Amino acid sequence: MKWDWSAVSDFMPYFWDGLLVTLQILVLGSLISFVLGLVWALLMRVPSRWVTWPVGGVTEFVRNTPLLVQLFFLFYVLPEWGVTFSALTTGIFAIGLHYSTYTMQVYRAGIEAVPVGQWEAATALNLPMRRTWTAVILPQAVRRVVPALGNYVISMLKDTPLLMAITVLEMLGEARLFSQQHFQFTEPLTVIGLAFIVISYLASLALRALERRLVH
Amino acid sequence: MTSGLWELVLEGVWVTVQLLVLSALLAAAVSFAVGIARTHRLKVVRFLAGLYTEVFRGTSALVMIFWVFFVLPPAFGWQLVPLWAGTLALGLTYGAYGSEIVRGALAAVDPAQREGGIALSFTPAQRMRLIMLPQAVPEMIPPFSNLLIELLKGTALVSIMGMGDLAFSANLVRLALQESAEIYTYVLLIYFVIAFLLTRIMRGLEKKLKAGVGKKPVPDPDLDLKRAETTGVGGGGV
Repeated sequence: MKWDWSAVSDFMPYFWDGLLVTLQILVLGSLISFVLGLVWALLMRVPSRWVTWPVGGVTEFVRNTPLLVQLFFLFYVLPEWGVTFSALTTGIFAIGLHYSTYTMQVYRAGIEAVPVGQWEAATALNLPMRRTWTAVILPQAVRRVVPALGNYVISMLKDTPLLMAITVLEMLGEARLFSQQHFQFTEPLTVIGLAFIVISYLASLALRALERRLVH
Repeated sequence: MTSGLWELVLEGVWVTVQLLVLSALLAAAVSFAVGIARTHRLKVVRFLAGLYTEVFRGTSALVMIFWVFFVLPPAFGWQLVPLWAGTLALGLTYGAYGSEIVRGALAAVDPAQREGGIALSFTPAQRMRLIMLPQAVPEMIPPFSNLLIELLKGTALVSIMGMGDLAFSANLVRLALQESAEIYTYVLLIYFVIAFLLTRIMRGLEKKLKAGVGKKPVPDPDLDLKRAETTGVGGGGV
């Protein structure tokens, strides 16, 4: 096995570029998934089948089909319908949408875990529906689900390389480009593989610390 | 779409199914080997198994696929057939996730069961085979079912390496027709149907295994009670 340190140092500038794009995808994708997931979770509580069935069906469909094919779908089909976004925007939206179908279940569990007494107290205080949600239920539910949401952020990190398939130059995209130009595959791929392990390990440590703070 | 193009899609389905079955078998083997190793009495074995889980769970499945396709051949001087390379990468990655399921289920078995085994002077291997696993395996099925769906979604990644699976055939049809909406809708539906069938199969398996240890598929009666309580008030019921 040949290891060439000069290839590593040549690759590093591209690596930082890729890392920046990866983190950008991760942050924006997480935000989309947090917001959309909450929207799905709340829609699933609307007391009408006309709302819950379509929302439930669509999210079930998105959750059970590959993100890669969804990326291709959005990347190739949207322009046919006359909507054009950059590859990065499409990718961020796709990954956010995909993960929102997971976060909705997290929110649902969090909302269901709020004690019944809280609902009853809100009713007793004659709070309107809106205040009940924003001031009583959601603050308690969201607090509970932060660790679980964090786990999905880490999963999302590991799915960001898929955006390479629609020409986004994140870490893996940069590594592939560099490999093909210099015909050195071992070094860039190993560097980004290690980078993923390090980042997700650090993220899980940070998450565990956050969890401890929220619990106590 | 012409029948020739449908044939292409069917070939893709076949490759996806093959890859799914092979990598699921490898992942299951890795899950049990590593998961059981994490309960070993020697600290070294536990550490190595834990390290394996952290490393393979830490990295992205797609990066792992690239690694197996591009780094292994020059490094070790042998090259795998794409199907086996895909199987290896997916099986090792998802096996690491599965090992956590196995470890968790083993840890959830009542400690008195293990102690009973020790009291009856079973060897560690007998204890695992005759006492721990029969009780732990039924509990593993629901999380394994979810993991299997994730694995199905993961198989689409090999299309990036040019393997002719379902996602790849979609791309070919797109190029042939110069039109994407139709074929991608079909392909997403096919994936959804496969996922649906897998969940059905796993649910049947769960029922059968739980009947074997005298449990019902939903064993926790107060779980239903809690759910009924929380949906009863205010939220309008789900």
